[in-house]
Amino acid sequence: MTNIVIVLFDGFAFGMLLFVLSVGLSVTLGMMNFINLAHGAFGMLGGYVTVLVMRQFGLPFILALPVAFLAAALASIVIERTLFRRLYRAGELNQVLFTIGMVFVATAAATYFFGTVQQPIRLPAWLRGTVEIGGIRFGTYRLFLIAIALAITALLVFGIERTRLGAQIRAAVDNQRVAQGLGLNVEQIFGITFALGSGLAGLGGALAIEIVGLDPSFAFHYLVYVLIVVSVGGLGSITGSFVGAALLGIGDVAGKYFVPEIGSFLIYLILVAVLLWRPLGLFGRR
Amino acid sequence: MTTLNRTTAPHTWLARQSRWSWFEVAFWMATLLPFFLFPTYLTLASQIAIAALFAISVDLILGYAGIVTLGHALFFGLGAYSVGLLSARLGWGEPISSLAFAGLVAGLVGFVASYLIVRVQHLALIMVTLGLGFLGYELANAMTWLTGGTDGLRGVSTWQIFGTFRFDLWGYTAYTYSLVVLFLGLLVSRTIVNSSFGLALRGIRENVKRMPAIGSDHSWHLRKIYTISAALAGIAGGLLTQTTNTVGLDVLSFQRSADVVVMLILGGTGRLYGAIVGAIIFLVARDQLAGVNPQYWYFWIGLLLMLVVLFMPKGILGFFARFVERRG
Amino acid sequence: MKTKMMFATILAAGLSWSVHSHAQETVKIGVILPYSGPFADAANQLQAGIDLYIAEHGNEVAGKTIELVKKDTGGPAPDVAQRLAQELVVRDGVDIIAGFALTPEALGAAPIATEAQKLMVVMNAATSIVTEQSDYIVRTGVTIPQLNTVLGQWAFESGVKEAYTLVADYGPGHDAEKAFAAGFTEAGGKIIGADRTPVANPDFSAFVQRVRDANPEAVYIFVPGGAQPAAIGKALVDRGLAPPDTKIFAQGELTHPEALESMGDTARGIITTYHYSLERDDPLNNEFREAYREANGGRSPDLFSIGGYDGMHLIYEALKKTEGDTSGDALVEAAKGMAWDSPRGPMSIDPETRDVVQTVYIREVQEVDGELQNVIIDEIPEVKDPLHGKQ
Repeated sequence: MTNIVIVLFDGFAFGMLLFVLSVGLSVTLGMMNFINLAHGAFGMLGGYVTVLVMRQFGLPFILALPVAFLAAALASIVIERTLFRRLYRAGELNQVLFTIGMVFVATAAATYFFGTVQQPIRLPAWLRGTVEIGGIRFGTYRLFLIAIALAITALLVFGIERTRLGAQIRAAVDNQRVAQGLGLNVEQIFGITFALGSGLAGLGGALAIEIVGLDPSFAFHYLVYVLIVVSVGGLGSITGSFVGAALLGIGDVAGKYFVPEIGSFLIYLILVAVLLWRPLGLFGRR
Repeated sequence: MTTLNRTTAPHTWLARQSRWSWFEVAFWMATLLPFFLFPTYLTLASQIAIAALFAISVDLILGYAGIVTLGHALFFGLGAYSVGLLSARLGWGEPISSLAFAGLVAGLVGFVASYLIVRVQHLALIMVTLGLGFLGYELANAMTWLTGGTDGLRGVSTWQIFGTFRFDLWGYTAYTYSLVVLFLGLLVSRTIVNSSFGLALRGIRENVKRMPAIGSDHSWHLRKIYTISAALAGIAGGLLTQTTNTVGLDVLSFQRSADVVVMLILGGTGRLYGAIVGAIIFLVARDQLAGVNPQYWYFWIGLLLMLVVLFMPKGILGFFARFVERRG
Repeated sequence: MKTKMMFATILAAGLSWSVHSHAQETVKIGVILPYSGPFADAANQLQAGIDLYIAEHGNEVAGKTIELVKKDTGGPAPDVAQRLAQELVVRDGVDIIAGFALTPEALGAAPIATEAQKLMVVMNAATSIVTEQSDYIVRTGVTIPQLNTVLGQWAFESGVKEAYTLVADYGPGHDAEKAFAAGFTEAGGKIIGADRTPVANPDFSAFVQRVRDANPEAVYIFVPGGAQPAAIGKALVDRGLAPPDTKIFAQGELTHPEALESMGDTARGIITTYHYSLERDDPLNNEFREAYREANGGRSPDLFSIGGYDGMHLIYEALKKTEGDTSGDALVEAAKGMAWDSPRGPMSIDPETRDVVQTVYIREVQEVDGELQNVIIDEIPEVKDPLHGKQ
């Protein structure tokens, strides 16, 4: 019994990490049909910014997180304004080629500035070790991850459902043309959403260091996971990304625990099965 | 290479399309240049020819039928392992028949997979191909007893072609052989895309909903082209095994699936020759840049990809075709 | 199309001609490594070892100038390694091929060494069979069975009777699992469970929980270097699998400096086996370590660095012996039986198998002057690869 709780918990925590990394891509892909394979590069940027401010300026981890968010968001605004904007009508193949090119450049830049070495960080004492609840020991950092992801989900759902910007985003995702016809500045809304999503990826990158490490191959490696979450969850849906990420995290960890022989296949089996059953993803509408 | 003109009857248009242009003849003449100009680059040239054949197989489904794939290395790898296992486990290394076997195995798996492929579109389609690709990779890794796992398959040896031509250190045989297979692959693909079947595929690419309305069984067409494409990819994979006598897990990797799509888009989709040009540019650039700077060459490749998108949105061949077509 | 093709070919030709202008008195060494891609760090460290040796010993030996030609595989990619080896021989006219961080790439290039009759120095690729693939291969790195069979025996002798093994699911992991189990069970121990983790494994928690359920006396771990050591180390400790309650045995990657920094105090007591120990107090090693850090912005050398460093030593000494004769046969003959003092300790090349023979160190993570270090608690001299001749 204890094992099952632990396995579910660990899987859920890993899923929450994937959620933070991927939710931004789900929304921007759903809204503009813009295929941004460089999404993972923003996560990597957040990771390196965290390492940099913690080492160079001695900033505590908890303060480095918002810095990582801001850095990735700011970088994405600049890139969206100067480059991505030209590609919205360029067709999906060109978007794929361009953003893959960007990942190459980002990987090379990370190698140049930080080297190929793993970047370790030291967590504060209160995030290390385990907490005992009901006789079961839970990893403190994983609890922290889950708390952050839940807070982000609550903020996003509230923001999308209740705020003016949220309504505009929903309108733009549902039907871009009609939203434009109603006088919404879709490009501007998209710019803001894009910055938010990339910022979250940056935050995810910062949170990921402790669990999976950080080196220049991060942008490519996690691209695959992010794409799986987005497609399983369904485009443009926050709930979808949440459920998709949780399912994937739990499926991955539980699969490895109960049937380690096929542990490495399981997420791909889930992916193919879900998409054949519901091609739009679990919560996709279009 | 041109859009379908409303006033021309389809068969007239097809007949015109299948005529050989001067550019094609000149192009194939140019592929013989490496023998005379840079004989020390023949091994690279043979790997480019193999990549080009692989890219053509992807062009058949991506460029002509609109199936975007991020997992085609599955078929490339199947072909590579088929040839490798035939030689290493069963002791059969005759090149031509092994290559046919590679195409057959990959084609069969492609046919089965095609039933899944036609059920999905857009992002789901890409992700299903990606998932299948990863499953293939993980399966090969799990079956280490058969495939040799990450260490690669040992003991592959390819016999002489027709019992006469040995695979030499300089790569004369390897390049000649790869080039001939590439040419045959292009010939077959060219015939397919310029047939009424090819025309139906383009119809599906343009508007998937309209095709059934005019009586075209589009999922059967898609399954057929997907199977052909898988077989062609398998032949390319088999060719790699034969010219290098090695098979490693990298033949099935996501990296290979992604690279081939990059080459194809770079050269230009839906023109067959775009696949070849893309493979040449990508691999020559990579070889030369990596020679100058083995650690950071991919920075320049990345920059190249971005610039091509910004300034040549139809790929390199599409960019140049514009001038040609205007004149012609 | 034709113009584009011509342009590309002219460009390529221009670059190819420039490399042919080398004089008779150079010795060209082709270095094949995965400089880009997931194993770029290994390639970097190995290259830094090569560079340090050349910087310390000059680039002239036996009256000839040493010249490196570096080739990137982006690997693991045996087919690319094979092509690069071929090109190095036919186009660049190299006299020696070297590098090889990864086993599949060494296996891919081996037939070329045989066909071209060139000395091939394997500086890391650590699977036992590598040196059996060509009579021209000499290895200066390490083999996995060499380290882990000894560790298995040592673990039993230290009083452990039952162990659980957890290794990465790929060639080296399988080798390590087999080697540890062989050493351990031959001595009288019992393996009570064995799991394999996917190589690209972001989260170890499930596997560690399986180990926890079995509640073994000791765990043996093998994961590739990079991000995984710290991740698995932390996952173990989070579940209370830590010394002294549960003994942890591993190959040295698990406790490399970056991993120790990230694991912190929890790493204390982990026992590892390695052929190169960074903090080993020895004049040669101290000098090597400091020079290496100086040249690499504070980064410490690791197994790749020492493999590259000693690989260059072997090439230099072999060239001295042959008085500059670069034929593969002469160089291999010169390398057989060669023995020297390396920063890692005394080492030699087995004249029979052309494989490395060296001291294996058993280390324990302890606190020294407020810092965690791998402290040598035992050493076993002149260990050979136990598998040669057995397969």
